[in-house]
Amino acid sequence: MKRILIALLAVVTLANAQNVKIKGSDTVLPLAQKEAEAYNKKGVGKVSVTGGGSGVGIACLIDGSTDIASSSRKIKMDEKLKLQDAGKKFKEVIIAKDALSIIVNPSNTVSQLTREQIEGIFTGKITNWKDVGGSDMKIVVYSRESSSGTYEFFKEFVMAKKNYTSAALNMPATGAVVQSVSQTKGAIGYVGLAYDNNGVKQLKVSYDKGKTYIMPSMATAKNKTYPIIRPLYLYYNTKDETRIKPFLDFCLSKEGQAIVEKTGYVPLD
Amino acid sequence: MKKLFTRFQEIVLLVSGWFTSIMVLLIVFFLFKEGIKIFGKKPVEEGFVMAVHPNNLVNSISPGMCKDIFDGKIENWERLGGRSYPIELATLEDIGSLYTEEEIGSEMEHLDSCFNDYINKHEGALISLPKSAVSSSFKGKIISVKKISLNSFIRGIEWFPTSKPVAQFGILPLITGTLLVSLGAILFALPLGLACAIYMAEITNKRTRSFMKPIVELLAGIPSVVYGFFGLVVIVPLIQKVFHLDVGETALSGSIILGIMALPTIITISEDALRNVPVSMREASIALGATKWQTISKVLIPYSLNGITTAIALGIGRAIGETMAVLMVTGNAGNLTLSYLKPIRTIPATIAAELGEAPAGGMHYQALFTLGCVLFVFTLAINIYINFVTKRRRM
Repeated sequence: MKRILIALLAVVTLANAQNVKIKGSDTVLPLAQKEAEAYNKKGVGKVSVTGGGSGVGIACLIDGSTDIASSSRKIKMDEKLKLQDAGKKFKEVIIAKDALSIIVNPSNTVSQLTREQIEGIFTGKITNWKDVGGSDMKIVVYSRESSSGTYEFFKEFVMAKKNYTSAALNMPATGAVVQSVSQTKGAIGYVGLAYDNNGVKQLKVSYDKGKTYIMPSMATAKNKTYPIIRPLYLYYNTKDETRIKPFLDFCLSKEGQAIVEKTGYVPLD
Repeated sequence: MKKLFTRFQEIVLLVSGWFTSIMVLLIVFFLFKEGIKIFGKKPVEEGFVMAVHPNNLVNSISPGMCKDIFDGKIENWERLGGRSYPIELATLEDIGSLYTEEEIGSEMEHLDSCFNDYINKHEGALISLPKSAVSSSFKGKIISVKKISLNSFIRGIEWFPTSKPVAQFGILPLITGTLLVSLGAILFALPLGLACAIYMAEITNKRTRSFMKPIVELLAGIPSVVYGFFGLVVIVPLIQKVFHLDVGETALSGSIILGIMALPTIITISEDALRNVPVSMREASIALGATKWQTISKVLIPYSLNGITTAIALGIGRAIGETMAVLMVTGNAGNLTLSYLKPIRTIPATIAAELGEAPAGGMHYQALFTLGCVLFVFTLAINIYINFVTKRRRM
């Protein structure tokens, strides 16, 4: 009996050694799952994926409870300091990109905005659509909850690190943002490119003070003309590199990048 | 043998009674132990300090001011009582992009000299830097940020727990939001629920009752996220149309959804209370010549008032602590408002939405526990009050 137990234990630990854990961003989650599914089918190793948020993933990398941390934002300086305090060296890999599109209600006459105008709207400086060339209608700002990586990215990259207006409505999920924008006339919100559906209208965005306006699409995101685009990262401990490398290579391979495009994210070139 | 068995039963009952009580006390203890930690802390990022140029006259700064500075609303030191210099902000991230990796060092060992260099060159600088980068050669003047007190926590009107480098913990809008929604829910659910209970207990025949009762109980079995979704897709657009609003996600939508959710509790308990009225009371009332309505309003309801107040207490409890449904229909905007037609944010929704991402043990995490304490105090106060009222009535 004892011997069987020991053998069983050995098998379990062996299986664990082969098993690579990914934890982190909910934005990366669907992609990481698809990649892991395809990779596991090959039978070379086993990868398991869980969500929880970018911050959670990196916190787990710091305390060693995950092998790879997925993140929809770059690792922060203070997280770097913490990793250093824990005596860990890490490496960063970009596996795909994600474009954010600005959406409004289909009845809205506005079809394009500059970054400065978007910043004004989301910080609460601009409160009426007539100030940005639309009809006289109050602007209703929809944002994600503060726990979301998308919230942070949008704040940093589009709003020049300024805080959201306290009148902004924080929705618990991207689906809820789309639903609310589709039924509220003066609404504006942001969602990942993969999420777009028919009930809302996408806006063209200008990052050069109104010279050129770009429509968000897979094509403009791929040729890098669409500006609101963020890399999706994987972070891992350098000492686990040999164990993790096969999976990373798979993600970056042609096959892996095809999966990226199929799930609605922007492949690397 | 039989005696032993009885003794055993007694012990089991005793243990389970004590177990539940101790469990409740432990939970409360844990809640307050975590929740109390937030007070007396500075709302700056853990391990970070704020510093200015040595010639700057400003010595301390309030969290609210700091947020205004980083939001670009205050741009000159003059407004804070200093000399007229434009404020120049730099955080750790900015230093990371202003200086090359070689200047900072691969292990960030030269971080202190980079900060030193920056503060020397910028007389209007306001920087937030890690304590580890403050060495003895640091030239800047470290300024203090006001601590979080119970007063600033409860009366503050801005809730930006993840704002960097200084977070804002003001929960007044969350408190008013929670109370507004719960009050609305009970105002909506109580008359409706009581009427339904009276109808089921007194007026209708057995067949209709045996048909209605399971349906009402089914209402209690629907998951709250389904209620939330129903609210978002049906009630929110309806309210938007009826009141001609810009946004349909309002306190009113939350009240209606919570009211519907509290209905089964109110109906079942008050119906039981009404049916428990002895037949002799009813017969006496009718024998005195009272009509059916007089019997209900003058005899049955006063007699079963204790049961009805319990129903209200449990109904409010359900409404005040509900998370998911409110999260989806009230818009979660930290507005300080007393209007039912504006978006609001409630305490439970805030905890539910933010706890997942708040780093364990951090200030945001502790603030959420403090919110839990506030919620607990509310429900406790309501329960005590209702107990008090029913006791006085009995006397």
